Formats: sequence, structure tokens, C-alpha cells
Amino acid sequence: MRTLMSLIDLATPSRFVALSARLMPALVALTAVAFLIGGIQAYLAPDDYQQGATVKIMFIHVPTAWLGIFAWVVMSAAALGTLVWRHPLADVAAKAAAPIGAAFTLICLLTGSLWGRPMWGTYWVWDARLTSVLVLFLLYLGVIALRHTIDDPTLAARTVAVFTLVGAINIPIIKFSVEWWNTLHQGPSVFRLGGSAIDPSILLPLMSMLAAFTLLFLTLHLAAMRNEILRRRLRTMLLMKADAAARA
Amino acid sequence: MSPLSALLLRDLRLAVRLGGGALIGVLFFLIVVTLVPFAVGPDLALLTRIGPAMLWLGALLASLLGLDRLLASDHEDGSLDLLLTGRMPLELALAVKAFAHWLTTGVPLVLAAPVLGVLLNLDPSSTAAVAITLLVGTPALTFIGLIGAALTVALRRGGLLLAVLILPLNIPVLIFGVAASSAATAGTVPFRGPLLILCALSLMSLVLGPVAAAITLRQGLD
Repeated sequence: MRTLMSLIDLATPSRFVALSARLMPALVALTAVAFLIGGIQAYLAPDDYQQGATVKIMFIHVPTAWLGIFAWVVMSAAALGTLVWRHPLADVAAKAAAPIGAAFTLICLLTGSLWGRPMWGTYWVWDARLTSVLVLFLLYLGVIALRHTIDDPTLAARTVAVFTLVGAINIPIIKFSVEWWNTLHQGPSVFRLGGSAIDPSILLPLMSMLAAFTLLFLTLHLAAMRNEILRRRLRTMLLMKADAAARA
Repeated sequence: MSPLSALLLRDLRLAVRLGGGALIGVLFFLIVVTLVPFAVGPDLALLTRIGPAMLWLGALLASLLGLDRLLASDHEDGSLDLLLTGRMPLELALAVKAFAHWLTTGVPLVLAAPVLGVLLNLDPSSTAAVAITLLVGTPALTFIGLIGAALTVALRRGGLLLAVLILPLNIPVLIFGVAASSAATAGTVPFRGPLLILCALSLMSLVLGPVAAAITLRQGLD
């Protein structure tokens, strides 16, 4: 019971700001170290016997693809927090995650297309995975556009939350239908039944880079959440000031 | 008369007597299909091949037209507030409204498709296939569109945003609609498979649409 109470206590925005201020330097340092280790490992990783040096694009491509999906999962969890518990921090988390998720999805698309040029001979093919990631990117832009269009922050929070959850239900369906429609991309190879199909010399740096990029996401998300809380406080203060000026 | 059938009759009457939204949708559908030969050239063999896809694309775009008025006009005159506070379950009321909308905008598109198929040089069997898939698939377009209508109901210019939000969600319907239509003439898969998935998508949106739309409207209330 006491832990629950302290969790709820932590979840108030002011406690969150105070805690994140203490957490931030450590998280930034951890991310930098992770990227250093992952970068060195990726640099030392051997070239693929077929793909040559282009295999190293995967060290960025795979983590950003994972985070593009992970950010939507974070947003969906936050959406539940907004709709069910009406928690003020939940919407802050959802709002902060959307642009970061969109950016990672875009990086995933760009690196994939740079890899596709030498490997498949074209920057873009209408393959199932590429197409579903593109649709995911469009949905991110839709979420951001929806939030910008609604003036009232509370209404925006709830409306965006519903759309995020509808998206969470639909994304697997879209992925399934697009796969049914056309497929050229390789099947899953990192995690699958019967062990990974990737050689340890490539898999280890990939895992390090996955960890590094996930830490980067957490850092960026925490920073964006802090900024959002401060932005909301500023907005409230400005409104109060304008209100006081109007009364005077 | 039960409240639900009263609501259905009211929406049907409004659709028939005001503005002729259904006819404008069909007209838009006709214009889109007329534009296709100008864009790809008047090659009859090519038109036969891409015809089902073009009919589906035209119907998808035409189905977007009336969606922004589906809830917005009720929001403006206050009758949506009555539905929200009334004793009738909001989900059912919204489902009835969407059904009325489908009857007045979706069904005319289905009826127009065979006529437009002639313009695209479709043979009878593939025309029938397109009409059947549209009949099964347009409810999904309307009921997914209902979510978009609820999300953008309070916005002054929600029409364009609605299209941006809803079109990506409609991709599965488009894929299986076109797949089933082209499977009927020359395909590697049988007609039945994609058609059944299309039915499944429609049934799912029949549940998901009203529930999600009701949640959105209730959230906006307080």
C-alpha cells in the first residue's frame, strides 16, 4: 500500500519534474556510453559476405524500426492512462512520444531505402514491410495533425487517445493485409523459433545498438515530457496573468 | 415506433429531403471514373485490367465526401446532445446513424458501380464481382468513417483532417476489396478467400466504429 501511494505521489507533475531532473544526467551519460560501445562494436563488425559494408546500415535501421513501433505502444499505454484514469502525466507522455516515434519511423524508412538502393537496385519497392512502415508514419502524422487542430488541451488529449487506441487495433490488421498483398522483405531473423539466423559477429553489435537506441528514446522522451510540463505551466501562468490584467 | 427506428427514419428523411448528398457522392464517383481514361489513356485492354481497382478507389474517395456531415450537423443543431443524454445506448444510436448514412451514400455507390463498369470496359463477371465486393465492403468504409466523424465533430474544418486520419485505416478494406474483384476474373487466388476477409473487416468495423465513436463523444461531453 505504501509503495502504491508513493507511486501515485511520484506521478504528480511536480514530483516528476524534480525526479527527472535528477535522473536526466545519468540517463544522458548512460546513452552516450551505450552508443560508444555499440558504435565501436558496429565499426569492428565484419562485412557481410554478400552485402559488404552496407550491412552496417542495419545497425541503425533495425533499432529505429523497433522504436517506431515501441513509441506507438508507449502512446497506447498513455492513451489508456488518459481515458481510464484521466491522469495528467499520461497525456504529457503521449504528446511527447508522437514526434519522437514519427522521427524514428522516418529514419527507419530513409535508412531502409538507402540500403535498398545497392541491395535491391531501387530506393523504394512496394513491399509489405516498407508499405506498412510507411502507413505507420502516416498514422503518426495523423495523430500530430489531430492534436494541433484541437484548441482545447483536455479535449485534444482524449480525442488523440481514442485515435491512438483505434490505431493500435488497426496497425496489426494493416500489417497483415499488406503482407497478404505483396512481400519481398526478408522474414524475421533476429528473434524466431529455433534461435537467431544472424551470426554472433553481427548480432552482438546489433543488440548493443538496440539497447543504445532504446536508451536514446527514453532520454528524449523524458526530456520532451519535462518540456511539455513546463510549457503547460507557462501557458497556465500566462492565462492567469491575462486574467488578472483583465480584472484590473 | 421504437426510438432506434425513429432515428433511422429521421436520418433517412433528412438525407433524402436535404441537399441530395447521395447524388453528389455518385456524381463524384462518376467524375473520378471519367478522369481515369484521361490519366492513363483510352486503351481498352488497360482499362479492363485496372477497372476494378479504379472503381474501388473512386468509391473509397466518394465515401469520404459526406462523412464530415454525419455527426457535425447534429452537433450544430444540438440533437447530438439529446442522443448523448438520452436513455438509448449511444453506441446503438451511432450505429443506426451510420447505417442510415450507408443506406443513403454507400448503397447508391454500389448501384452506380455496374454502370460505371461499362465505361471502364469491364466484362459482366468482373462487374458483378466489383458490385458484390462494394456491397460487402462499403459498410466498413462508413463505420470506420464514423470514428473519424466523431473525432473531428467539434472542429470547424474537420473534413480534410478526417480524410487524413481515416484513409490509412481503410487500406485493408481497399486491399481485400480489389483482391476479391480481380480474383473473380484472372487471379491466382479464389474469389471466396478475400471476400470472406472483407466480410470480417466489415463485421469488425460494425462493432469497433460505434464503440470508439461513442467513447470519443462521451469524452468530449464533460
